[in-house]
Amino acid sequence: MTKTLDAAAAATARRRRKPRFDPVRWARGGGLHAVLFAVPVVLVYVYFSWGPVVQGLVLSFQKTNLIQPAEWVGWGNFTYVLSDPGLVQASLNTAYFALLALVFGFPIPIVLAVLINELRKYDTLYNALAYLPAIVPPVAAILLWKFFYDPDATGMFNTALGWIGLGPFPWLNAENSAMPSIVLYATWAGAGSTAIIYIAALSTVRTELYEAAEIDGAGIWRRIWHITLPQLRNVIFVMMLLQLIGTFQIFTEPFLFTGGGPNNATQTILLKIYNYAFVNGDFGAATALSVLLAAFLGLLSVVYYFVTKRWSTTT
Amino acid sequence: MTDLKDRGVISVSDRRRPVVRTWFGLVQGLLLLVLIVSGLGPLLWAAKASVSPSNDIVADPMGIWFSPNDWQNLALAWNGARIGQSLGNTVILAAGSTLSTLIVSVAAAFLLSVLRPKWGPWLSGAILATLFLPGVVSFVPLYLTILDLPLLNVSLQDTFWAVWLPAGASAFNVVVLKRFFDSIPREYMEAAKIDGAGPLRILTMVVLPLSRPILGVIVLLSIVGSWKEFLWPMLVLSNPDLQPVSVMLPRLATGNSPLAVQMAAVFLSIIIPVVLFAIFQKQFLRGVGTAGGVKG
Repeated sequence: MTKTLDAAAAATARRRRKPRFDPVRWARGGGLHAVLFAVPVVLVYVYFSWGPVVQGLVLSFQKTNLIQPAEWVGWGNFTYVLSDPGLVQASLNTAYFALLALVFGFPIPIVLAVLINELRKYDTLYNALAYLPAIVPPVAAILLWKFFYDPDATGMFNTALGWIGLGPFPWLNAENSAMPSIVLYATWAGAGSTAIIYIAALSTVRTELYEAAEIDGAGIWRRIWHITLPQLRNVIFVMMLLQLIGTFQIFTEPFLFTGGGPNNATQTILLKIYNYAFVNGDFGAATALSVLLAAFLGLLSVVYYFVTKRWSTTT
Repeated sequence: MTDLKDRGVISVSDRRRPVVRTWFGLVQGLLLLVLIVSGLGPLLWAAKASVSPSNDIVADPMGIWFSPNDWQNLALAWNGARIGQSLGNTVILAAGSTLSTLIVSVAAAFLLSVLRPKWGPWLSGAILATLFLPGVVSFVPLYLTILDLPLLNVSLQDTFWAVWLPAGASAFNVVVLKRFFDSIPREYMEAAKIDGAGPLRILTMVVLPLSRPILGVIVLLSIVGSWKEFLWPMLVLSNPDLQPVSVMLPRLATGNSPLAVQMAAVFLSIIIPVVLFAIFQKQFLRGVGTAGGVKG
């Protein structure tokens, strides 16, 4: 941030020194080259990043079906989306997914990272094995897991759990176990790559602190609790926010596993957006719901930032 | 990941204590078992299923002993289910997306780190801002942009450009590259400048050769990233002849092809990224670690 400010200040200073614009000097000084480099960058970002964001805001106030010209409808799309009886269920499902992923999925990479970081031999093997699920294309993995989740007693997971006397479970086929099943898959798919990020962060933990704690007589658990985790605090906070933002936009998993069923138990907000746009052809409603979700995530990030600022290490 | 890792939570003297050693050994073994089962297990299972008859897969999914006698599953998936063709499309999409990310991100990072025009901070801010916007806002309008590019009035639907070009707008790669370019000593560039090199020569002769490690990481992560893409290619590529394997697979699963052929198709779509990872694991893991550094 300060760098940008400095640069801006320097820029104003330069402007004051040389009030008149001289195209020849500008071109000789490299200005032309800078523009040439900027052309592809700006074009790609205008068309595929900044433009769509602005267009999304505009579209959410319009009615459009790609055939007739767009029509201005004010807050119509928003009231339509908010009065959709399915929205409450979809929001609750999405929040439920986020909560389950936070409670059960979030600590696993941290535990994995702390353990792998203690290894003195073969740690690259552990790293590679942990990261493998992140390499597998989600579509292929979901097809495999769908088979593993076979609700029959002879299904893969049910057979394995049967050995220790559990099950058979209906997995994706029952309303109350469908979402936890998807969370289980998502945890498997995501834990490894997140753990690698924590391991990288763990290498920056100052080891003198451990020695100091040892002299004070702290055991291994207390060292983890009072030194390792507090030192990771900032990374943990960032990863938690990123995970929340990611889980609120979950789409591929429910789309391919259940298509939103059984009985809408895995219907999420992004599935609704998809259905508005690509099933009903109502792009206005779809963008309105997108804008609402984005606004919610923005608000969440701001609140999260101020809440965690108090607990984070001052750097 | 460096060799300098002198100690962690457990100190050297702790490691000599029998209690710690037993417990740590146990945990270590258990962890290895869990990681093998969860990481390698599904891959091995898919490999096994791809050469087994459908009946065997259903009857005994946990069976370890099997006779690999159904090699024609793979051939059926490759030709009959058109996995070969869609894998080719996936390769084309991954290569093009990677190239477009590289060109745009290198240009942006070079501009912001080395050329530093007056308006650089504005551009930098605008690119950074896209990192904080959730992808969901621009998702539907991006699709409409592809259907009808504003001002140019051409439709990119059912062309590979529809996937390649949006892949270029990767703010994350710009940040990673700019950080790396910033760390290159300015003296090299000054020296090249005195020798009469223009910006393009400085980029190709000085900056890019020095950035090879980070470029490799970006290439690898971008290839695997576009290999995993599903929703976007499904929306913009409706022609089955152009669809990548990730779009083809779910269609295959809902169709009436036998389970063994489906599993063979799954295996074929997994094996290439896994081999890529096995060869370049060090770069992958370092790359993901750096990525965390940027996020954190």
